[in-house]
This record gives sequence, structure tokens and C-alpha cells, in this order.
Amino acid sequence: MTSLWPKLEELLINVEKPARYIGLERGALQPPHEADSVAWLLTYPDVYEVGFPNQGLQILYEIINEMPTGEAERAYAPWVDLEKILREKGIPLFSVDTHRPAHEFDVIAFNLSSELVYTNVLNCIDLAGIPLRSKHRNLEHPLVAAGGHCTYNPEPLAAFVDFFVLGDGEEVISELTDIISCWKGTKKEPKSRYELLRRLSEIEGVYVPALYTITNDEKGHQTLAPKHDGVPKIIEKRTIANLDDWPYPKTQLVPITEVVHDRLNVEVFRGCTRGCRFCQAGMITRPVRERSLDQVRTMVSTGLRRTGYDQVALTSLSTADYSHIEKAVASVGEDPLSCGQTSVSLPSLRVDAFTVGIAATIQGVKRTGLTFAPEAGTWRMRQVINKLITEEDLYGAVESAFSQGWRRVKLYFLIGLPTETDEDTLGIADLAKNCVEIGRKYTKNASVTVSVGGFVPKPFTPFQWFGQNTTSELQRKVNLVKDATSRMRGVQLKWHDPKATVIEGVLSRGDRALGDLIEEVWKAGGTFQEWSEHFDLERWLIAMDNLGFSIEWYAYRHREKYEPLPWDHLDAGLYKDFLWQEWRDALEEVGLEDCRWTPCYDCGACTGYGLDHVVASTSPPVGGSQGTWQDLETGSVAPQLLTIRNKREIEAKR
Amino acid sequence: MIQLRIRASKTGKVRFASHRDLAGVWERTLRISNVPLVYSQGFSPRPKIAYGLALPTGSESDCEYLDIQIDDSKRTSLALDEVCLTINKNLPAGIEINGASIMEGKFLSLQQTVTSCIWDITVNENNTKVDLWLDRINNTNEIVLVRERKGKKVVDDIKPLVCSLNKKVRKVDGRIVVNAELGTQPRSLRPSELLRSIEPPLSEYKLHRRKQIVEQGAKRLDPLEVAGATQMRTLIGAL
Repeated sequence: MTSLWPKLEELLINVEKPARYIGLERGALQPPHEADSVAWLLTYPDVYEVGFPNQGLQILYEIINEMPTGEAERAYAPWVDLEKILREKGIPLFSVDTHRPAHEFDVIAFNLSSELVYTNVLNCIDLAGIPLRSKHRNLEHPLVAAGGHCTYNPEPLAAFVDFFVLGDGEEVISELTDIISCWKGTKKEPKSRYELLRRLSEIEGVYVPALYTITNDEKGHQTLAPKHDGVPKIIEKRTIANLDDWPYPKTQLVPITEVVHDRLNVEVFRGCTRGCRFCQAGMITRPVRERSLDQVRTMVSTGLRRTGYDQVALTSLSTADYSHIEKAVASVGEDPLSCGQTSVSLPSLRVDAFTVGIAATIQGVKRTGLTFAPEAGTWRMRQVINKLITEEDLYGAVESAFSQGWRRVKLYFLIGLPTETDEDTLGIADLAKNCVEIGRKYTKNASVTVSVGGFVPKPFTPFQWFGQNTTSELQRKVNLVKDATSRMRGVQLKWHDPKATVIEGVLSRGDRALGDLIEEVWKAGGTFQEWSEHFDLERWLIAMDNLGFSIEWYAYRHREKYEPLPWDHLDAGLYKDFLWQEWRDALEEVGLEDCRWTPCYDCGACTGYGLDHVVASTSPPVGGSQGTWQDLETGSVAPQLLTIRNKREIEAKR
Repeated sequence: MIQLRIRASKTGKVRFASHRDLAGVWERTLRISNVPLVYSQGFSPRPKIAYGLALPTGSESDCEYLDIQIDDSKRTSLALDEVCLTINKNLPAGIEINGASIMEGKFLSLQQTVTSCIWDITVNENNTKVDLWLDRINNTNEIVLVRERKGKKVVDDIKPLVCSLNKKVRKVDGRIVVNAELGTQPRSLRPSELLRSIEPPLSEYKLHRRKQIVEQGAKRLDPLEVAGATQMRTLIGAL
């Protein structure tokens, strides 16, 4: 095994934050590389500080390293200063665990959590010293794989990635490792890289782009068809049924240098059925699977002991919805190790589920900032996006926070939503103003930070048919809020650059042809596009112009009901007609209830998979309108018990 | 409350972790090792740990110090040498406690008490260039160095901070090592500042801090040996 460390050591003195490249984190492994076991290089295509905390990557790192036939190491995109030196000296991308060159691994697997990292994926493949395009690689080269939320439209990267994996990775990673290990052991069967990929494509959840032919209709819509028998027409996502079977990461890695989300993270549930129509994560990760309170407690207390952290985040898409949220928070404070010094953060809070009770429990231990996401400024707009929280819910939550001693809350909003009027946009400023006023009852320093992001329609959401707002329209709306809040005492406004938003939009619903665009922008030096100092819209526009791509076509136009979508060959568990109905209901301002506590409306996520929501409590969390807009009393209405239904039963009812 | 002064080495890959990074590492490692720390009062309590003179990122050292306050109210006995060994097991590879003292009464902070540091400065330049540089530095009465402090230009004569300079040749690769004792009061003279203080300047290849010294009258002491400090001999033996 080759270590690049002696070469790297001489160079690191000349780069920013060299601790990014040394490894040595607590919990990190230096696995030996065996001849017949599969070496995975789990790669996050952004800088170390951003990629390190990624839980998906850490979960797979542990699972693979527990397998007798697998070993995993990690790599992150080297920052521009080191990249320049690596290229000058001819040193390839390397793992941080043993500083082995990337091309010595069997699989380089990328985590795709944002479209703007695509050019970095190309950069990492190139830095690894292997051919950029899948079709130019042979048996000597590592396989290039990708997982993560962006794989629900993998087409823009299809030319560069050998196989994509959809959905939860916990189970499928072993199936992949077994097949690759068999192949590696014999070096005979299958004989070619193509045959190996065919074998991998037989695993549920695995998509091999090279095995499909593409046809474009006269309008330019792309459709895919399998090249061979046995290659699935539709690739279904993977879903683990029970989170309690997977208490990972068991030994969360602890960095030496500072990273984002630098704390113990314990996932309390996966999936979300609140049904916000803009939210891709909530759609593609269904059904809801809660971790048991006992396991959460164990993971918190062993996690604190192993990591030495003094902060725990209970993570999920909407943590206040966790059935045992108050008990879980309280148990952190009760842990003998914490000595009352451990703080709890709840990263995703819905205002309707945040109660004085939760506020009081958190403040028993050390408190951190509070962030709520009302997402839109008016009730009308929130009905369209199905974020059914009333103004009273928001004010109630904010009052809970300020009354329990918080001085600052953060509010997240989206602009550029379907049917949005200026009244809706300006509603954001009104909400902020009212929240500050509530806070002033308790503290004169009450402050509200408003964060505004431009909406990007995503695949497998009801808004996948929506034509995105143009950059100038988004900028105009940002300015509206800016003007309205500029004189408001206690209100700070932050916003995302609408220029980056539009490129995210182009890539998010793009087809396979966009591979050329990504390559061109990468070649022009466009890496680290998530970093505003490196993002340059001009570079994208020039490349689109050169290649004849239209922003109008990819981002701004509304899609039609029957037009083929570039991700039609994938199945995120949701019926397309359910999504279409939701799109129509959105335009009619009709809300949809949360199916955890009300009858199933059959979105497709459970039926046909033999899956069910795993919810510990059959009653909704106390307080507020619960997003159901049903005016439920505080947990007193016993909602319908969830049962497994199968497709036939439901079809028969129709 | 027990006050413990720890001396640790920092070598190998971990030399690229910054002084600030290591503060976090120490804090977490002490918690993992079950060391009951004393916390500050107030809205956001922090463990009471005081770190010594910062080490430039990328440098190695045999002698990094920190003072920690241990809460012994809940335990009747604490075997401090064992505590140190446990901490060593939990520290990242390359950081290792190599000495400790229990501190009694009032004592000066590490920043205040240390008067000079001894460095091995491996340079990129050849023997002739180093000799010229040494010659010039030894034969001048004043070395004016312009430094920026809090956005303002400050002009200092750093000659009084250059306590001694010697030259060695590294056996492994023949590189030249300047062994320098540099003063730290009222403000530390950094090896990089020393190298560029005389024309033509030298450039550093690697730094290694060998010793931190407390000058008390005629005595030159290790910070573990100052008045009020009782060195843990068993620990030293065990290591």
C-alpha cells in the first residue's frame, strides 16, 4: 500500500488549514487493504469542514469497515490552494485515513447533497487520475459511484458515474460489496467492467446509466429504455424498514479541527409526512421511521462518552415531531456525564410543534439558537406549499422561546414559490416585525434573523412541474423584503444569491445532455460553486451559450402533465398521479393533512413495499394546529391507528 | 480543587493542527477521560483550562504546557498519574503527556512565567548562506523589526530577545538547523520573525520547540519546576 504522506507533508505548510488533510480523527480507522476485500473511498465533493459531519458518509464508513469483505476510507475535495499544488506536483486525490492515492481503491463513492457540487465531482475524478467519462474507463480503474439526495435526478452526472444508488444505503452497501468482492477475488467472473455493472444493476436501488438507451422526442424530452433483458425498466429506491436495526454511527467521528455541525448527532427519525410540497427530502424519504426512545437515550449517552462533545443535536427533518421529544431532550440533561453542561440543539423545528414544554426542557440544559421555518409570509401561500401552520402557531412558538429566556430566533423563508404575489413576499416582513414585538415583551434586545432563499423546484415533489422564478424576479423579491425590513429594529435580513439559485434549478431538473455543460464549466475553472467567492454565473451562461442550452427550457418553463421527465425511470416510492394531484391542489390552495395521525391518502410510499410508518405515539405531539389544520386539541383526539395496506386493497376501493 | 500543569509533546501528522484546534481536542479528551473539570460560572460555562504560548501551526514540540483545574469535591481520591495515563490513551496520535506538576497556591500564568523558548529551526538554505546570516546577526547591536500589531505598525529592536544562536547539521539529509533561544517577554519573538530580520533572510523548513524556560534569578527552570509546583515523579517514571 502506498502512502502519499511523505510527499504531502512537505506541501501542507504552504496551505490554509492543513489539519483538513491529516486524518487522525477520534474513531477514524486505518484499515488494512486485503487482496479480496473491496476498498471504498467515500468521498464528499466539498471541503473537509462541510463534508466531515455528513452522517450518511459516516454510517457507511462504519458498516463497510465492519464487513469482512470491505474496508472504507474517506476523502474530501482539496481546497483550491492544495489542488493547485497537487496538480503541479502530479500528486493524486488521496484518502485522509491512510493517505492512499484514490486510484488504488476499488470504488470511489460520492455523496451528492447539492447540485452545485457537480463540478467538484468531476474535479475529484480527474484529480484521482482516472478517465472523466464512464465509457473511457476499463478494468484497471476504480468504479465511480454516487448516492445521496441528488441521485433522484442523476442524469446530469450520468456520463461520469458508473452507478448510482437510490435511497437508504445501510443494506444495499453490503450487497454491492459482496458482488464486487466476488468479482475481485476471481478476476474472472464477470469478465468485463460492463458485465460487472450489469450484475450490479440487478441489485434493487442501483442505477447504471450505461445500460440504457436514450431517445429524445421532437420537443427534446428525454426518455430511457434498458438495453438488455434483466436491466430494470424502473429503478426503485431502497428503504430500511426499522431504524432501530441500524444504530449508526456507533462511534461518531470527532474531528481535530473545527467543522460545521461540530457536535454529537443522533438521528431520531427518518422520513417526514408533513407533506410540504416544495420539500424534496420530505417526499423521497418516506415513510416516517422513528427510533425508539431507549435507543436514542443509549446513542446519546454512549455517544457523549465516546466523543467528549458537550453538544448533542437530535436530528431529523422535523425534530419537534418526534413522539418522545420532551423525554429525549430531558434525558440529555439527566445523563450523569453531562453534569448539566451539555447543550441540546434541535436543528429542524416546526413552529406548530414547538411548545413551552419543549422550550422549558431545553433550557434546563444549556441552550443554543432556535430556528423556525415558516417558509412563507401569508396563510394563503402556506396553503399552497402545504406548510399548514397558522400565524398563531408561529407567534405561540416565538412566545414560548422568548418567555423561556431566548433573545434571538431565526426564521427561514422561501421566495419564488408558485402563485406568489408581492403581498405574500411582504408578509415575511410583517411576520418578522410581529415576532420582534412579541420578544420585546420579554427582553429589550429581542432579535429576529430572517433568512430568505430562492425556491428551486426539485424532482419527485408536487412542484416538479413548476417553472422557476427568474434571477431578476428573485432579486426583485429579495429587494422588496430588504426595503420593508430595513427600518425594523431587531430584524436582520440574510438572503441567498439568486444567481446561484438559477443554476441549481437548471441542474436539479436537467437531463443527460447537461453533462457537457458541467464538464465545460469545470474545465473553465468552475469548482466550489457552493462558495459564493467561487461562483460565477457568467461562466455558466457562456458555457450554456456555447453548447446551445437554454435556461428558459431547463429552469423557467412550466412542465406539462404528460411530458416525459428525465427521472421517470426512477421510483422514489411516490405515485406520479399523487404528485400531480398535489400540484393541482396547491394551485387551488387546498391543504393536505399529515398521514401519521389521519387516514392514509396513499402517496405510494408505504403501499406495495410492505412498509409502514413507524411512529411510537399514535397521537400527535401536543400543542398547535399540528399542521393538520384540524384544530386538534392538545393530543386528546386519538387519531386513526396506522395499518399496513397493500396496493390491491386500495385499488379495490377505487 | 486541584491545579494541574501538564507538559505534552506534539509530533508527526498532528503538527498541522492549530493551537486553537488543540484547545478543542484537549477539552474533549479530558471529558472522555472522565476528568472532573471546574467550570466557569455564568450563562455559558466553560471548563477552566489555560493554554501556554501558542505554537505555530506545522511546528513540532517536546514541551507544550497547559494548566487545568480539576474538581475533586465529588471524589475522595484521584490518582493523578493514572489520570494522565488515561488522557494519553485518549489523545490523538502524536500528542502525549510527558510530565505534570501539581500546583499549590498562587502562581504566574504560563504566558507570564515563561521567559524564553529553545527552538530547532531547520532552514531551506545552505551552509554558506546560514553562515553569512549568523555572522551578520552576531555582529550587529540592533536588529530593527517592523511588525504589525492590532493593525498598527510597531518597530522593535529584537536583538535583546536573541539569547543564543548555534548551528547544527542534520544527519539524515544534511539540512542546516539553527538552534535558537528566543525571549518571550514582553512579547515572544517568533522563529519566522528572526529568520527574516536580517538580509538576506533565511526561510524555515521545519520548526521544533525543544524547551520553554522560566528564568528565576540565576536559576533556569522548566515550568513544571517553578515555586509551588510538585512534579509527579511516578508519572515521569511510567513514561
